[in-house]
Amino acid sequence: MTEELKNNNEILLSIRGLEVNFHTYRGIIQAVRSVSFDIKKGETLALVGESGCGKSVTAHAINQLIPMPPGKIDKGEIFFEGKDLLKLSEKEIRAYRGDKISMIFQEPMTSLNPVFKIGKQIADVFMTHHKISKKEAWDRAVRLLELVKIPSPASRANSYPHQLSGGMRQRAMIAMALASPEPGLMIADEPTTALDVTIQAQILRLLAELKAEIEMSVLLITHDMGVVAETADRVVVMYAGRKVEEAEVHDLFEHPGHPYTLGLLNSLPSNEKYKGQTRLEAITGQVPDLLTIGLWCPFENRCKYAKDICRKEFPEKTEVEPGHSIWCHQVGKLD
Amino acid sequence: MSEQLLDTESIEPIEKEPGRFREALHQLKKNKGAIAGLIIIAIFLFIAVFAPVIAPHDPLSQNIELRKSAPFTEGFLLGSDDLGRDLLSRIIYGGRISMIIGVVSVGIALVFGILIGVISGYYGGWLDKIIMRLIDIMLAFPYVLLTIVIVAMLGPSLTNAMIAIGISQIPRYVRMVRASVLAEKEADYVVAERSLGASNFELMFRSILPNCLAPISVQASLGVGEAILSSAALSFLGLGAQPPTPEWGLMIASSREFITSAWWIVTFPGIATLLAVLGFNLFGDGLRDMLDPKLRD
Amino acid sequence: MVRFLIKRLSLLIPTLLGVVTLVFFMIALSPGDPARVMLGERANKQQLETLRAELGLDQPLGTQYGLYLKRMVRFDFGKSIKTGRPVMEEISNLYPATIELAFFAMIFAATIGIIIGVLSATRKNTWIDFTSMVGALFGVSMPVFWLALVLIMIFSVGLDLLPTGSRMNVRYYFESITNFYVIDAIILLIREGDPKYLSSAVKHLILPSVALGTIPLAIIARVTRSSMLEVLTQDYIKTARSAGIKESRVVYRYALKNALLPVITIIGLQFGLLLSGAILTETIFAWPGLGKWLYHAIEARDYPAVQGGVIIISTTFVLINLVVDILYTLVNPKIRLQ
Repeated sequence: MTEELKNNNEILLSIRGLEVNFHTYRGIIQAVRSVSFDIKKGETLALVGESGCGKSVTAHAINQLIPMPPGKIDKGEIFFEGKDLLKLSEKEIRAYRGDKISMIFQEPMTSLNPVFKIGKQIADVFMTHHKISKKEAWDRAVRLLELVKIPSPASRANSYPHQLSGGMRQRAMIAMALASPEPGLMIADEPTTALDVTIQAQILRLLAELKAEIEMSVLLITHDMGVVAETADRVVVMYAGRKVEEAEVHDLFEHPGHPYTLGLLNSLPSNEKYKGQTRLEAITGQVPDLLTIGLWCPFENRCKYAKDICRKEFPEKTEVEPGHSIWCHQVGKLD
Repeated sequence: MSEQLLDTESIEPIEKEPGRFREALHQLKKNKGAIAGLIIIAIFLFIAVFAPVIAPHDPLSQNIELRKSAPFTEGFLLGSDDLGRDLLSRIIYGGRISMIIGVVSVGIALVFGILIGVISGYYGGWLDKIIMRLIDIMLAFPYVLLTIVIVAMLGPSLTNAMIAIGISQIPRYVRMVRASVLAEKEADYVVAERSLGASNFELMFRSILPNCLAPISVQASLGVGEAILSSAALSFLGLGAQPPTPEWGLMIASSREFITSAWWIVTFPGIATLLAVLGFNLFGDGLRDMLDPKLRD
Repeated sequence: MVRFLIKRLSLLIPTLLGVVTLVFFMIALSPGDPARVMLGERANKQQLETLRAELGLDQPLGTQYGLYLKRMVRFDFGKSIKTGRPVMEEISNLYPATIELAFFAMIFAATIGIIIGVLSATRKNTWIDFTSMVGALFGVSMPVFWLALVLIMIFSVGLDLLPTGSRMNVRYYFESITNFYVIDAIILLIREGDPKYLSSAVKHLILPSVALGTIPLAIIARVTRSSMLEVLTQDYIKTARSAGIKESRVVYRYALKNALLPVITIIGLQFGLLLSGAILTETIFAWPGLGKWLYHAIEARDYPAVQGGVIIISTTFVLINLVVDILYTLVNPKIRLQ
């Protein structure tokens, strides 16, 4: 397996059997349980699920920004360009952060440092990874602001974060994430959740345009199936720390195989396909407590198709089509 | 940060709300600082109440022949002072005085502070404006200076020191109570009670006040410690307790000339003050941590 | 910003007026006849009448207040009963000594306090954090005057390292130019090349500064720690880390600059409080400053002197708070640009 990965030029990032636990005083929270997936070069992979499903933890495990303690990556491998990131020292992984693996966050309001100018914050990232002068770093920062389509970038670089609108701030965040010669992987953690719908569309368009210009892969973390439909190439659906479905984006929307995916799609207001048959519906019931969760299918208590077997063990992978896998005992039995 | 990643709220098990008291007790058990503070306070209160029983000697009886005896000599556990009085007994009686000062001063500050704060916040308007102006002016004086000036005007004595300290501490309670009254005044339950015909007085003290007791009790605990320190300082300057009262600050003041010859006369009263104040500060800090949900994990 | 300044400055006048008024009434309404107190029990009626007339005490209260305000506007606090010299003159001679002491105490408190605060925050729940915070708690619980005596006992009496009091070795022929002895000593060092004055001035400053600075140190350490802990959980810190910025830079540049904002307010507030805390410290260290002078004035019931001293200290306190408010808005871009 490992050899094969190392030789596969197509794949940028490969997560294998990742387990992340939070060791709190109340007990062990099993945040991520044996999750595996790959991201190909130039691809946008969406990691989808409700809050608390472990999608953010998975993403933060890649550049090891999980607060440790209480968090702990107990098992698994994360290969980036064939190298296991989990075996690197803190200093070595830091060289990846902001250079080959960059990140943008949900809250543009709070994710930029309030006491430094935008240009300075971006220039700082340049200067961390390259031996260049302040002036040069600043000029590059301005160019990046132009790249992310901030109007009059030279003067905007001199602004403080709170002087910009939410959308502008998110653009500045993206610029900061691009402050490297080869952003191999950009992790976008709910990049549009905090923004207005119109601005949301602009930011997603910007990301798409940037991807066309720069060779990069995007790991998009979101709970919004609408955003997934617009941007992703492939989708991994997570529930309560488990991966439950993986597919190409249109496969997933055409033939969702997991009851949870179905639920997510049904709760999407603009979904033409499901409008006819079902009313907009929310998934009933509660997410199970990750402290006391068992080894069986975590969705069992909210699933209307659940049978006895679902309460006994976690299902094996079923590959319904090449590249479309589902982890469900009731595959094909959904009506 | 783990909260942000995991959104623990959504995975919090649903359990029955435990009683307020039990919850407080549970929090207290977890807070070692608060427990340590409580133990120290309890010890000092015990000493204060049973001073005559515990003290090995009369704190005022002099014995010139045995003056400045070192600790563990001549039957003086902590030595004797320049007049041959037992230092330990004086410290024990000093504890009694300090506890009284702390409680009385804070009592004065609490009564007037709460009264003025509630009136100011509840009635608002010009009355509120005048009160707040006055409070601002009081706060324009540094705290130590204010107590010194008040006591200087009233004349130096222990009683006046307590009054001065009490007055100086009033502003903080006024502000605190007024702020929570303003916040609670329009709360649904108050509006509901008012529509049911509750009188203003009832509303202020029965409904609104209990809701701001938490921050007040934190402040009161810290305030007792501060009052003990201030009264010691006033006595040190000759503005508080007068000789031969066994007050800690006064004891430290009269020890000044012996720093070259009898270290114990300087050291022990100071340590006693430090410990007593530490107890109230520990407890106050712990209480604040318990009541501030932001700091809970 | 301009509007903020105007608003803040317009609040200054009524506050100062209030301070002056409060001091007036506290003295006017205090029990006992000031003239009697000043002259002692044996003074005859004639002497009392003369002094009352001199102090304007024979006038009705309203008139007294009016006259008083008129004098206050000119910073005329009258003459000290004890020395017979104008109070304002005495204050301006003594105040530099107090400001010098408070300044060095604050330098000591702020430097050490911030360092301790940052170290405890970045090493939360380690023994460093625990020791520092217990130490800080002791610091705020300690009677300052007792600490001063203990310091003298250890460093002056016991180890004979530092002087017990005053501002300069009395054997040196030393004529002050600015009344800030450190500045004077530096001038002398440049002019005469003799470092003994500077070393003596600094030596005399150490113990009083430590004694006076202990409480603010403890408070600054606690505020810095909690502010730092809060800042370290902010999203922008995560952003900086995700951009691969070195942890030391994240802490000391990205986080500290934000965390220091509330600390500035505390430093200002504490500096104002130091001026009155100096009453105790100066008395113990025989530091010839305003605090010690005010203490003696209170002891002697020298009303004009007390009045003057209290008003000057409170006015400074109010002004410092104003400066801190303005400073805060200057360093905080969020407020500055609104």
